[in-house]
Amino acid sequence: MSDGLYTQLLDLACGVFLLAAVLVLWRHELAAIVRAFALQGVALAAIALLLGAHEERGDLTAVGVALGLLRAGVLPYLMRRATAVPADGHGGEEVRETQPLVTVAASLLTAALLTLLAYAVGRPLTRLAPTPATHALPVGLAVVLIGFFVLVTRRRAPAQVVGFLLLDNGITATAFLATSGVPLIVELGVSFDVLLAVLVLQILTTRMREAFGTTDIDDLRELHD
Amino acid sequence: MLHPSEGSALVITPVAAPLVVAAAYALMPRRCAAAWPALVPPGTILLCGSLLAADVVGAGPVSACAGLLRADALTAWMLLVIGAVALIACGSAPTYLAGERAAGRASERTLRHYHVLVQAFLAAMCLAVVTANLGVLWVAVEATTIVTAFLVGHRRTRTSVEAAWKYVVICSAGIALAFLGTVLIYYAARQAGIAEAQALSWPTLVARAGGLDPAVTRLGITLVVLGFGAKAGLIPLHAWLPDAHSQAPAPVSALMSGVLLSVAFAAILRYRVIADAALGAGFTRVLLAGMALLTLALAAGLLLAQRDHKRMLAYSSMEHMSLIALAAAIGSPLALSAALLHIAGHGLAKSAAFCGAGRILQLTGTARIGRVRGLLARAPALGGAFGFAVVALTAFPPFSLFASELGIARAGFAAGTGLAWATSGALLLVVAACAALAARTARMLLGPAPSRPSGLAEPGIWPLVLGLVACAALGITTGPLTGLLHAAAKTLGGH
Repeated sequence: MSDGLYTQLLDLACGVFLLAAVLVLWRHELAAIVRAFALQGVALAAIALLLGAHEERGDLTAVGVALGLLRAGVLPYLMRRATAVPADGHGGEEVRETQPLVTVAASLLTAALLTLLAYAVGRPLTRLAPTPATHALPVGLAVVLIGFFVLVTRRRAPAQVVGFLLLDNGITATAFLATSGVPLIVELGVSFDVLLAVLVLQILTTRMREAFGTTDIDDLRELHD
Repeated sequence: MLHPSEGSALVITPVAAPLVVAAAYALMPRRCAAAWPALVPPGTILLCGSLLAADVVGAGPVSACAGLLRADALTAWMLLVIGAVALIACGSAPTYLAGERAAGRASERTLRHYHVLVQAFLAAMCLAVVTANLGVLWVAVEATTIVTAFLVGHRRTRTSVEAAWKYVVICSAGIALAFLGTVLIYYAARQAGIAEAQALSWPTLVARAGGLDPAVTRLGITLVVLGFGAKAGLIPLHAWLPDAHSQAPAPVSALMSGVLLSVAFAAILRYRVIADAALGAGFTRVLLAGMALLTLALAAGLLLAQRDHKRMLAYSSMEHMSLIALAAAIGSPLALSAALLHIAGHGLAKSAAFCGAGRILQLTGTARIGRVRGLLARAPALGGAFGFAVVALTAFPPFSLFASELGIARAGFAAGTGLAWATSGALLLVVAACAALAARTARMLLGPAPSRPSGLAEPGIWPLVLGLVACAALGITTGPLTGLLHAAAKTLGGH
């Protein structure tokens, strides 16, 4: 692959990666949010595969495939199960992120500001080793910030989990763009932890529905000082 | 001196022993969930900790598994603290669990889950202190969040589900920041020419920290301190702590408060050594001192208005963690020794206090301080143990928290004007927090017993007494541990 093509494809994958995060902010239906998240998983795997092809490292390609399976396959599947309308059928509003604390227009504006912030914060990172990959590195940081934003402004439990996963995708992308990924044993440990965390959160969502009859985080107000 | 293979067995066993017992509990026939096997791993961890202590003080660090696991003096110290606190927590668990069963809040099945998760929790904490790889360290600390999530939410009531949700979301998101920080340090290390296999290894990073890019390291360290600070209960991501500590079963609260917070803080202490070598001492000093003072102010303020005794103990943990952060900010050998002694003293006293609070909750059926009266008259041994634990937490002599707070204060006043001011501010806040703690506890302990006699037997008080005696003994003399304490402080850069 020529350097020019590699750079263009890498930038394209990073663009899709960021766009998917913005889609999560834009859409209301939880199903659409999960689809956007799956799209982001594909883009993340593409980034890993491109880096693997460019550096001609087989292990990186394998990691990319595994990441794609986890983040575009398994995790979205788990999320879909968590967001499915419960069998007893109460709550058509359960499938929508009813009223996020911040309106969609303001969210999109915030995403733009967070992306600018990520580019400002990422300057020393890019300066240390200016390559096509590290030039795209602020995209990873931007997704981390957007993930945090989703986490604090969304009111449905599944939407918060997507926020956490965006945050995590952002970190993984940063790791790939900066250093072609962390060592394999760490990557395995991290992926395993994230998978378990999502399973735990899914079970807790079910329990929350049992205890509160809804997955609205605003109902969690009994513990305070 | 040990044979190398014996040394590496000592490094692996603290992680393996709890895992084996956890597997045994998971595979055991449905009916029996005996409590005694749970006491084996804490004993093993204590034993390995003391053997390693003897070894590393004389002969330097021991490593195993191709350098992934490594024990130095700090590891041995933390293993001793984990083992001691786990012994208190697991020792008082049978009485507590019997009480839960009698009240119909637990069944054979939930008891088995409880034991499996607690043992996995111990294994994760031991892994976090015996690993030399900063990536594995992160994985272990995040694993503690996952295994304790269901322990926090075990009662499945509205409040415990809420606490578990907040715990997992805030801790996982917070600690994700620490992972981003780890990635950035790794990036800086790779760019400094360190090979991939070594670029997350703590000893290598400490030795070659001078070559790390300052701007990237600064960003990385800030994220790491914020992230592990979330797990250690420091501002700004502390909100999970009082909820989780108040909802978890008492022995789990004891473990979380007594050692989990310190294990997370030990990670910050390790990164601090790298940061100071790469950036100079000023940067982490300002960061840690700022977080310490803000956390302390918040904890003191909320202690003054507290009406729930388990939340009161949780805020007291935040108070003590911020004192340890202040000591880390000071960073002199005296301050670091005092911080490590404070970790041990706080672990022992706080686990005794939480186990006592759990029994009080079962006895009185309420966590409201105002509704608990005349505890000393109703249950003298339990009330006495709880009272002494709180006295220890307010840092009265002879308990070791007195010695360590004195050490932190002396180091702070010797360290220059800025830190002296920070120390005086911290001392004022500590006095306020202690006054609040003492006044609330006095209301619970004193007063006449309620008219009907409770007729309460008080078994299972021995772990609390043992913990308090150990805490007092540490306050009088560190005895055979003196060498280890100084070696551990030296590992952390206190030369």
